[in-house]
Amino acid sequence: MRAVIPFIAVLVLVLLAFIGVEVGKLNFLFAVVIPYVAISVFTIGFISRVVKWGKSPVPFRIPTTCGQQKSLPWIKDSKIENPSSTFGVIVRMALEVLLFRSLFRNLKTEMKSGKIVYGSEKYLWLAGLAFHWSFLFVLIRHYRFFIGKVPAFIGLVEGLDSFLQVGVPLLYITDVAILAAVTYLFIRRVYLPQVRYISLPADYFPLFLIFGIAASGVLMRYFYKTHIVAVKELAMSLVSFAPKVPEGIGVIFYIHLFLVSTLIAYFPFSKLMHMGGVFMSPTRNLTGNSREKRHINPWDYPVKVHTYEEYENDFRDKMKSVGIPVEKE
Amino acid sequence: MATSKIIKPNELVVSIDYKPPMKWWMDTPAEFKPGMYCWGAKKKNLDAVNFPNARDWSPKEEDWKLPENWQEILIEGLKDKLGKYRSFRLFMDICVRCGACADKCHFFIGSGDPKNMPVLRTELMRSIYKRYFTNSGKALGRLAGARDLTLDVLKEWWYYFYQCTECRRCSVFCPYGIDTAEITLMARELINLLGLNTDWISGPVANCYLKGNHLGLEPHTIKSSIEFFLDDIETITGIKIEPTFNRKGAEILFIAPSGDLFADPGTYTAMGYLMLFHELGLDYTWSTYASEGGNFGFFTSNEMAKRLHYKVYAEAKRLGVKWIIGGECGHMWRLWHQYLDTWHGPADFLEVPVSPITGTRFEHAKSSKFIHIVEFTADLIKNGKLKLDPTRNDHLKVTWHDSCNTSRGMGFLEEPRYVLKGVCNNFYEMPENTIREKTFCCGSGTGLNASENMELRMRGGLPRANAVKYVRDKYGVNMLGNICAIDRATLKALVEYYTPDVSVAGLHELVGNALIMKGEKERTIDLRLEPLPGKEGKE
Repeated sequence: MRAVIPFIAVLVLVLLAFIGVEVGKLNFLFAVVIPYVAISVFTIGFISRVVKWGKSPVPFRIPTTCGQQKSLPWIKDSKIENPSSTFGVIVRMALEVLLFRSLFRNLKTEMKSGKIVYGSEKYLWLAGLAFHWSFLFVLIRHYRFFIGKVPAFIGLVEGLDSFLQVGVPLLYITDVAILAAVTYLFIRRVYLPQVRYISLPADYFPLFLIFGIAASGVLMRYFYKTHIVAVKELAMSLVSFAPKVPEGIGVIFYIHLFLVSTLIAYFPFSKLMHMGGVFMSPTRNLTGNSREKRHINPWDYPVKVHTYEEYENDFRDKMKSVGIPVEKE
Repeated sequence: MATSKIIKPNELVVSIDYKPPMKWWMDTPAEFKPGMYCWGAKKKNLDAVNFPNARDWSPKEEDWKLPENWQEILIEGLKDKLGKYRSFRLFMDICVRCGACADKCHFFIGSGDPKNMPVLRTELMRSIYKRYFTNSGKALGRLAGARDLTLDVLKEWWYYFYQCTECRRCSVFCPYGIDTAEITLMARELINLLGLNTDWISGPVANCYLKGNHLGLEPHTIKSSIEFFLDDIETITGIKIEPTFNRKGAEILFIAPSGDLFADPGTYTAMGYLMLFHELGLDYTWSTYASEGGNFGFFTSNEMAKRLHYKVYAEAKRLGVKWIIGGECGHMWRLWHQYLDTWHGPADFLEVPVSPITGTRFEHAKSSKFIHIVEFTADLIKNGKLKLDPTRNDHLKVTWHDSCNTSRGMGFLEEPRYVLKGVCNNFYEMPENTIREKTFCCGSGTGLNASENMELRMRGGLPRANAVKYVRDKYGVNMLGNICAIDRATLKALVEYYTPDVSVAGLHELVGNALIMKGEKERTIDLRLEPLPGKEGKE
């Protein structure tokens, strides 16, 4: 059930766009109004969420130390897994953000004839990496729709992405990779009992949505050709704030755009915010040198303590009787 | 209660099923299983530290005698914590439920209870956060993973947030560094607003506040406990040691976990400290006021933890020492390393620690002014300042348990291994996925080392025991070394249950055994007063 409702929701979204454009002729709504609204919601939502995180301070220095601390000079410290310098933190964060370092550690715990064994488990890491990097490549490729003269690096990205030189038009590897990765992430979620048990509708919804986006994009590129010049015209008109909806763009494009709009509008309210959050995680982005450099807690306040004086008052006689020195005789 | 009263180890292992039940977790209220939870806090102990809503209560009873506005108190408390801790707010928002943490928790591995998967433990809290603090949760309810704060939810919180030892293993594997310890800390803070502590935590907290240590040892008892060790040391070495207490003008203040003064094998570790410091002629003092390095306050609230650790610097200042050495303890070192200087610094009345024996300046502790005794000892060995006879530990085949707190909250990995290799000849590592930053908890940290929850402890300790069993079978390991007082107390029960032929020792017990002291008689017994192999009957 937790997977069915989001699946239906995405189907409804597809139908909405289809009926809206084919029957209702609401091309302007789907091509201009909704994308503008979605972008606005995304921008304001994303920023306000990050600001909200930023407003909560980091009172203590609590990195998860995954390697040797910096201590005696002859003991080799782990400069990245337990960074004591800002440079170390930057490398640690870069490895997390770009290569999913922590997920790479993943293990599989199993009970085999009464013994617990730990095996390597890299598929989630691989699928996650394929998914996110493909997404980024696809996004960069789309940049060509929004700019008059296509910059050289876009061509470079496209060239890299299609280096297999298969098919006409040339097959982009990332198109295959993103569909495969999303499919894997979905199958994993329903197939692994533990992961299925923890999954919420909010975990399935973005998967279906992104699958729908990638699938409609692939259909447009390789199967049902869209009027690409018209699409670019629309995109350019949107970014120059002079929206104009050209004729002759197929309905599949509207479906694609509507799903994209939904995704970006949904983004700030969802777990997808991990994109911004990963940079702010106090267990990863702090140095572990708290004995070398004092960390300040901005909301620190005085607390009630039991002073030595009170302690001695309680135990003075007992202390004196065994020769422990006291302040007041 | 001894471990013998609970189910047998093989029955326990067979009972574990990692497959979650058909019924979804939101529809499954917590079932309070005997042996899996601790007794409720007593009124007098909460009153002693001015905790709110103090009363005698029992988790077994249907009626928890909650204040009428308990929901309001929790929601207000939650709001307060969200505003104070970025970690908490962020971790509430960004989990994608990828499940990488699911099988990393020792309580999940040992129980199969799905709510012990770190992601789900956090979801117990996140569902409430969503319901009361996010628009999606308010509007979509269950669809967004939100639910109302009911009495069942509160009981579930209590049951499962006292089944987490804040060991941070899940955090190592999380792609966003989400640390369940941070969630459990907040959950326990909130639960404590309703007076729902456990007896085993609130008792030591009250003791520590009023008497200086968890065990409630009074000054004269501390002195007599140590004198008892001194007699044993004299029996073993022929050397009479005379340590000082609360002595003004000493160079160094030494603070150990009080567990080392109370029960074996911690007591042997304490003997090791005493012998080492005596041999060096160190100008140091014990304190009966700052007589606890550990801090059960941390298992209730940040404020209580800060209150208990006040005495560390305060006593150093009163006695006029130059710097501080801390003993072998796990969570004590997470707190000293990551919190103490922030709470009570700057310690500008102290000096940067410099070893009077080697001249080494401990630059990495130049702000906090305290070092770990193992750092101190490693430096001594490296500089050849100790005369050691590791063959005295030849009857031991030692493996090393990295404590969760020192590993994942400090990065204290090589120093103990260096000392260990210096004082014993037979050292075997447990499998790599069970040590260092991936080490497993003893199963009884954060105040779960009571006796009424023994089944929980044995389940939580299963992964550690499983790895110990592996090296025992493979190399004949018979000693489990560690640098944590809670480990010394709890691993003892764990190995008795799973691998009775393995013993537990603190590192400085092994140092004390190997240490050749000036003027000592030929040793025939070790610190446990057991015959040294090859030296029997030479008396």
